[in-house]
Amino acid sequence: MSDVVEMARLMQGNEAVVEGALAAGVRFFAGYPITPSTEIAELMAERLPGLGGKFIQMEDEIASMAAVIGASLAGVKALTATSGPGFSLKQENIGYAAMAEIPCVIVNVQRWGPSTGIPTAPAQGDVMQARWGTHGDHPVIVLCPASVREAYMLAIRAVNLSEKYRVPVILLMDEVIGHMRERVVQPHAEEVEVIERKKPAVEPKDYYPYRPGDDGVPPMANFGDGYRYHVTGLVHDEKGNPTTDPQVAESLILRLHRKIYDHLDDVITVEGYQLEDAEIVVVAYGAVARSAKRAVKDARAAGIKAGLFRPVTIWPFPEKEVAELAGRVRHIIVAEMNLGQLKGEVERAVQGRVRVTGVNRLNGELITFDEILSAIKEVTTDAQSG
Amino acid sequence: MLSQVESHLRSDRFPHIWCPGCGNGIVLSALVRAIEELGYDPDKTVVVSGIGCSSRAAGYLDFNTLHTTHGRALAFATGIKLARPELDVFVLMGDGDATAIGGNHFIHAARRNIDLTAIIFNNSIYGMTGGQYSPLTPPDKRATTAPYGNIERSFDIAELAKGAGATYVARATTYHATMLEKLIVAGARNKGFSVIEAITACPVGYGRRNKMGNGLQMLLWQKEHAVTVKQAEKMSPEELQDKIIIGELYRGEAPEYTAMYEEIIARAKGKNR
Ligand SMILES: Cc1ncc(C[n+]2csc(CCOP(=O)(O)OP(=O)(O)O)c2C)c(N)n1
Ligand code: SF4
Repeated sequence: MSDVVEMARLMQGNEAVVEGALAAGVRFFAGYPITPSTEIAELMAERLPGLGGKFIQMEDEIASMAAVIGASLAGVKALTATSGPGFSLKQENIGYAAMAEIPCVIVNVQRWGPSTGIPTAPAQGDVMQARWGTHGDHPVIVLCPASVREAYMLAIRAVNLSEKYRVPVILLMDEVIGHMRERVVQPHAEEVEVIERKKPAVEPKDYYPYRPGDDGVPPMANFGDGYRYHVTGLVHDEKGNPTTDPQVAESLILRLHRKIYDHLDDVITVEGYQLEDAEIVVVAYGAVARSAKRAVKDARAAGIKAGLFRPVTIWPFPEKEVAELAGRVRHIIVAEMNLGQLKGEVERAVQGRVRVTGVNRLNGELITFDEILSAIKEVTTDAQSG
Repeated sequence: MLSQVESHLRSDRFPHIWCPGCGNGIVLSALVRAIEELGYDPDKTVVVSGIGCSSRAAGYLDFNTLHTTHGRALAFATGIKLARPELDVFVLMGDGDATAIGGNHFIHAARRNIDLTAIIFNNSIYGMTGGQYSPLTPPDKRATTAPYGNIERSFDIAELAKGAGATYVARATTYHATMLEKLIVAGARNKGFSVIEAITACPVGYGRRNKMGNGLQMLLWQKEHAVTVKQAEKMSPEELQDKIIIGELYRGEAPEYTAMYEEIIARAKGKNR
């Protein structure tokens, strides 16, 4: 890991993703250019070969996702990056990675949609696509950075979680974070925790590629390391053999869920600001959380007990944490650049115990702090008069 | 010979899923004999396949095997080969898999001349989904989705591969199983993208509907319609009309992708120093 040296420098969000991923040991990138994620591909093309890694510009996003899975199976940590339409194209193979339990990271720097939309405008419309984009029932892990430094740190975390749990992990950005420049102090290489996938500790003849350890995660042998086994997107038994046995099918899918949901404390991180005595809480993620933080500060200055709750992991949704808030606050405001994709989840978690209102924008512009501040003031007056 | 083949099969997976008379097993055993002949280390041999009847072949083989998504086998294989060029990678695809949904990946793998050996099981039909027409269904032939006869022209896989930049192109039928094996060996030895088209029979999805009889009769049809490259040279275009030319069809010279990338790495590391 001597490749990474500590330095403070001005970095773009997309650049931070690249540097973080490299620090976590990513040595393979396959992608197809699309705004606003393109800088990630460009920088990977420049940086990877010097580290002995490989970059390839594939013919489309479907191929890129496939190549990333292939590289990961051959034992190399792999990442791809895209935006909106490209993310849609990757979905079938993301589902494949989930089913075959191949670690990999997919960065989606969201853009305005549907369709080609406004290619350069920020939006947060892919929250549900990140969760439910592929067919079938399987869990996902989705992380959402709110600053350039956090993009760096979460790129590392995304790689680590994918290796630890053998799942595709999605780093869900927005254009504002992707293109913003901030000063980033990169940690020392020794300070970066790097997790490697668990390797089989048995002889090849005794290896069951899909027999889980106590944590629900099966050890993974790389192709070429002497463990010959079969990988398929079909329902498979512990040997990797395809089967249609209903019991095997159900227990496989349940295990895929369990290996994530049994470790929520490890997978979920959230950030609170002024939450201790807050009566009105703004829930926001990504770039919008920055406007929300300023709004909370201003509200406090005006004597309103406001606070900010920021899910860093948005999937699995931090249900327990939000439910806990519901027990002690008067009102929750969810601010997001879509019509309320995460708001629905917040409502589900609070189960009607507090009122939830949305501050939404869909015009390709960032939600400003004063919009959120007015919403805070509005619900304060409502609460006082009611 | 049989025991040689058997030693590379996952015997616990049998019986296989293929219909009686299906040609897929013949291609599978030609591949195994070719790998045996090549002397490849099974631990370093990878077999990637797409989705379709033919693509199930990967699961029966005792190598590192990967059964991917429909049409994407070459893209998965590209990731494996580029990440670890020391692995020997074979890619098995159906004709629909390789040239319809996977057509884009096919031409780009050829253009890159990445060192993969692609074997296309051409049964002229979509077998697994029950006999719909594929880009390789000949004009006028019937399929469930072409009940009045197919009006689409079909690809010539070999010409497509050559035009896109493949450096080894060959064709054989399942009747000519020994030739098929030899062509796979030669394709694997070519340092670059190699395509071997295996003409095979789907009596259930294609043969029955087009009155070609059972698997055996379809094999005899292959025997009667195949002409070697040498024979074809002496034949007129009219004589060649309904014939299948078999043998080594093309050999080209071009730099191979993973080798070129190693040079990029050397250059980038030199710059970093
Ligand atoms: C994205 C997607 N579309 C469609 C299918 C359904 N499908 C499965 S196999 C197949 C065609 C198989 O035909 P071919 O590739 O010629 O192989 P064969 O079965 O004849 O060997 C299709 C269309 C699928 N699995 N995935
Ligand atoms: S449907 Fe055709 S290709 Fe598929 S197994 Fe049966 S005979 Fe073979």
